[in-house]
Order: sequence, then structure tokens, then C-alpha cells
Amino acid sequence: MLGTFIQQTVNALTIGSIYALIALGYTMVYGVLRMINFAHGEMFMLGAYAAFLVLTVFVGDIGAVGAFGLTLAFFGAVIAVGFFGVGIERLAYKPLRNSTRLAPMLSSLGVSLTLVTGVQILAGPQPVAFPSFFPATRYDFMGGTVTSVQIGILVAAFVLMFALYTLVNRSRMGIIVRAVSESRPTAQLLGINVNLAISAVFFSGPLLGAAGGILYASYYGIMSPTMGAVIGLKAFTAAILGGIGSIPGAMLGAYILAFVEVGGTALLPLITNGVLGTEYRDVLSFAILILVLLVKPAGILGEPVSEESMVYKREF
Amino acid sequence: MSVAGISSSAKPQASRLVAILVLAAIVALVAATPFLPNYHIRVVNSLLIYILLGIGLNIVIGYTGLLDLGFVAFYAVGAYTYALLASPQLDLHLPFLLIVGIAAVLGMITGILLGIPVLKLRGDYLAIVTLGFGEIIRIVINNVDWLTGGPKGIARLDKASILGVEIARPVEIYWLLLVTVFLVGLFVWRLERSILGKAWAAIREDQDAARGIGINTTNAKLAAFATSATIGAIAGTIFAASQRFVSPESFTLQESVLIVLMIVIGGIGNILGIVAGAAILILLPELLREFAEWRILFLGILMVVLIIVRPAGIVPRTFGPEKLIRGLFGK
Repeated sequence: MLGTFIQQTVNALTIGSIYALIALGYTMVYGVLRMINFAHGEMFMLGAYAAFLVLTVFVGDIGAVGAFGLTLAFFGAVIAVGFFGVGIERLAYKPLRNSTRLAPMLSSLGVSLTLVTGVQILAGPQPVAFPSFFPATRYDFMGGTVTSVQIGILVAAFVLMFALYTLVNRSRMGIIVRAVSESRPTAQLLGINVNLAISAVFFSGPLLGAAGGILYASYYGIMSPTMGAVIGLKAFTAAILGGIGSIPGAMLGAYILAFVEVGGTALLPLITNGVLGTEYRDVLSFAILILVLLVKPAGILGEPVSEESMVYKREF
Repeated sequence: MSVAGISSSAKPQASRLVAILVLAAIVALVAATPFLPNYHIRVVNSLLIYILLGIGLNIVIGYTGLLDLGFVAFYAVGAYTYALLASPQLDLHLPFLLIVGIAAVLGMITGILLGIPVLKLRGDYLAIVTLGFGEIIRIVINNVDWLTGGPKGIARLDKASILGVEIARPVEIYWLLLVTVFLVGLFVWRLERSILGKAWAAIREDQDAARGIGINTTNAKLAAFATSATIGAIAGTIFAASQRFVSPESFTLQESVLIVLMIVIGGIGNILGIVAGAAILILLPELLREFAEWRILFLGILMVVLIIVRPAGIVPRTFGPEKLIRGLFGK
């Protein structure tokens, strides 16, 4: 019993870390631009494909890649996707900054469709086996099994999130981003380079999302062009759960969602006597989303914003 | 005659010419379709179903300015209502018109139930909640095997019949769809020009100002959402009756996105634009069968480019049905 408990806790922490990495991108973009970036799930997918590409092109034999090659592929891929994100913002969202609130969202929907189909055409629609980025060792820990992949994911995610947290709270760039997130017109009046802040967000968000994609693909050993859709939706749920626009909120929401999901999947068949099985896991996450919106729309750590105060104003 | 006089008299003539040409093209297409081979009539039928779906979704996206990414869920509600009430699945065989009524009410109730928690909040959340809801419906349909047949779907649906007249052949479905599209289009067009439609436009342009002049924004948004859901459900019943088979495969997220795409490309908030968008979306793949994936890639890029370069879509909002009528009678 204790073994199962530990096992499930580690599973939830692993998947929660991946959700958190993606949720951060949603929350930061929403923070500065007040838009839902539907193409963000695709950054997650692109991360896995970019890492795979770097491995096949520059390292060659995937089976015998050393630690150096894997590190190179990881950082090469996430930085490439980061720059890609900045480019997409410049091309598809920036011209719409003074347009209606609907326009950038529709544009991101088009970007998402383009990226998924583009990858489908270039790499084929079928799922591809993905090499593990961590040696496959299993450790028995108080009756539960913990793999080194899980430990690697946890460590990598914690390091990345800590780096982001430090950057946002301690660096000059972080101050700029927070100022723009607080109020774009005021930041502009104070002489802050708003475009720089937005580019920083569109670099770090996709970068973290891509890292999440690589970790996810090496956890499940598989990647596919459509892998971003459902995970993206869940990460967005996590961002709302924690309070959209709040960086610690996104992390907290992601772990809560992961624990509810893992716990729910284990308990649902027991509680309902097998009527509701594990296939209802996704339904559970969306039910949580609707419940949060009903009970506490601002999320756990989000500031209680009223509709009038910020949302439909044209300056966004 | 002054130069200004010439230009002002030339304009109505040009628009009359355009109006006559567009109307003539529509009439010719409508009249020619029944004489086409069955396969082509089926293509036209699916075009009409998409126009119906587009008209429904356009109320939320085009008129009210909210994003609904789970529209296909209401379509599924309608289709499965027909499949359950007119098939051997539950051994129920209700008449077609009754089922259309039931489906419309069910669609409206689903829309209202989903809208209540969300529409009080920021408009952004609607997109994500409807997206989630669309997925929930699909997962539930996929897994409630005893009721919906799961991934296998429900087959051998009854032939539809209205007052004893059987509607099963593609031509008959075509006439049914044509009448439905015309009636729904007329209704929605009148609705847009009603006081409610003006409230929707006010919400779309500036929600705070709309509230300031005394519009109950929550109720107006709910009305838009429910009307759109009702039309989606009606489209679903006709779809089920024409295919005489339903399965969860027809109700994926991609389908919802395609309907949004259709509206955006054709012209947001304009019924004629929807017809154009549906034509591009349905007829293009028929013409370019070998390039199925490239087509979606092209549509995705087209969507981004159009939103930036020509946000009103191919057919601008000002070129609506009233423009055609006015052009024709020279007012």
C-alpha cells in the first residue's frame, strides 16, 4: 500500500513537472498580452521533434548517443524553439496588437493548425519512437519503483523553473516583464521597451514548453505531431487553476492537477465500481476546470480581477 | 453633370451588376444541383451542412465576438439524438420532425448549462471551456458503449420522413437542407438586425460600454450561445438522417477548428461570407484530393494572413444579404 502510494506520488510529480513547464508559457503570454496562445501546445510538440532532428542530423546514430550529445540536443532544441516562438510572435501576433481581442487568438489557432500539419507533412503523421534522454535504471524505494527517467525529469524541471523564477524576480529583464505584465500602457510611458519584454516572454515560454516536450517524449518513449493538443489544454487548465498570469500559480496548479488526475485515475474505478474507468481521466481534468471557473475564477494564487477592471479594455 | 454625380450614379450600377451576378450564380447552382450525379449532390449536401453550422457558430464568433472551440459538441448532441431515437439501438422510431424539435431543445439546454458558468466571466475562458467540453462529449460518446455503440457508432438509422414523404435519396436530402438553410439563414439574419442583434454587436465592440447603456451582457451572451447551440443540434440531426450512421469520428476537435476557419476565411459576421468560406473549405479538398495535408497547411497559413491583412475575411461584413437585395431593386 505504501509502495503504491509512493509510486503514484512520484508519477504525479513527474507529470506535474511537465504540465508546469508548459503552463508557465501560457501564463506568461497571458500576463503580458492578455491572449490565449493556442499555438503553445505546438511548441511542446516542436521541442520533441527539434531534439530528435538535432540527434539524427548532428549526432547520427541515436542508439549510441553519449551524455554530451544528449545535452547538446536538449539545449539546441529548446533554444531553437525559443527563437522560433519569438519569430511567430513577430509574424503572426505583433501586427494584431491593436486589433480586437479575438484576432490574435484566431491567428494563434491558424498557427497551431499550420505547425501540426507542417510537421505531419515533413515527418509523417504516425507516432515516432523517441530515445530516452536518461539511462534507464530502476530504483526500489520503500516498496515503490522509481526510474531514473522520472528523477531526471524532476531535476530538469526544477532547475528550469528555479532559473525562470530567479530571472523574473531578480534580473532587470524580469522587472521589465513584470512591469509590462502589470500595465502595458504605463510601462510604455515609463520608457520601458515593451517589445523587448514581449519577445523575452515569447522566448522563454516556448523554450520551457519545448523542454517539457522533450521530457514528456523521453518519459513515454514516443512523439507524434498531435501530442500538443490535449497536453496543451491540460497545461492551460493548470494555469487557470493556479491563477492565470501568476508564475507560482501555474506551477502550483500543474502539480495539483497532476495529483488529482493520478489520484482520480486510481480511485475512479474503485469508487464507481468500475463504471467510470481510467478513460475518464481527461474528463476529470476538464470537470476541474469548469468547477474552478464556477467557484474561484481568479484561481488559487491569481489576483481577484473583475471583468471591468482589465479585461475588455481596448488597450490590450 | 458634375464629376461627383457620375461617380455616385456609377456606384449603384456596379453594385447592382455584382448583386445580379451573385444571385444568378446562386440560383443557377441551386437549380442545377438536382441534375448532378449522386456523388456530386452529396458534396453539395455536405457544403450545405457546413453552411448551416457556420451560420450557427457565426452568432457566437461573428456577432457577439466570443470564441467557441467546441461547437462540434452541439452538432454531436443533435446527431446522437437522432441516432438514439430513430434506430434499432434503443428500438425507438420517432418521427423526424419530432426528433428535430427534441434535438433543438436539447442543444439549447446544453448550451445554456455550459454557458452559465462561463459567460459571466471573461470571454477568453469560453474558448478553453468549450474546447474542453467538446473533448468531454467525444470521450463520453466513445466510452458509453451500451448507449452510443462506442467507437463503432450507431448504424442502420431510420430514413427520415416528413408527413409521410420519405427523405432518403441525396436529392431529397438536398431539398430538405436547402429549405433549412434558407429558413435558418433568414431567421438569423433577422435576429442580427433585431434589438438582440444590436446588443450582441455592442458587446462585441465594447463590453463595458454595452453594460453602461444598460444591456444585460450575461443574458445577451447566453442567448447568443443558446441560439448557436440550437442551430448546431439541428444541423446534427439532418447530418445523422442523411448519413444514416453516426460515430465519434465525425465530432473531433479538428472539425470545430475547421468551422471556425471557415467563418474567419469567408468573412466574420456575414452570412454570405460563410457561404463563400464553406465553398472554399468543402470544394477545395474535392478538387485537390491528392493534396489533403497541404490543403490544411494552406488553410492555416491563409487564416493567419487573412486575419492580419484582411480581418473582415474574403467577403466583407458590408457585403451582406441586404446589399444584394438593395442592389437588385436599385435603392
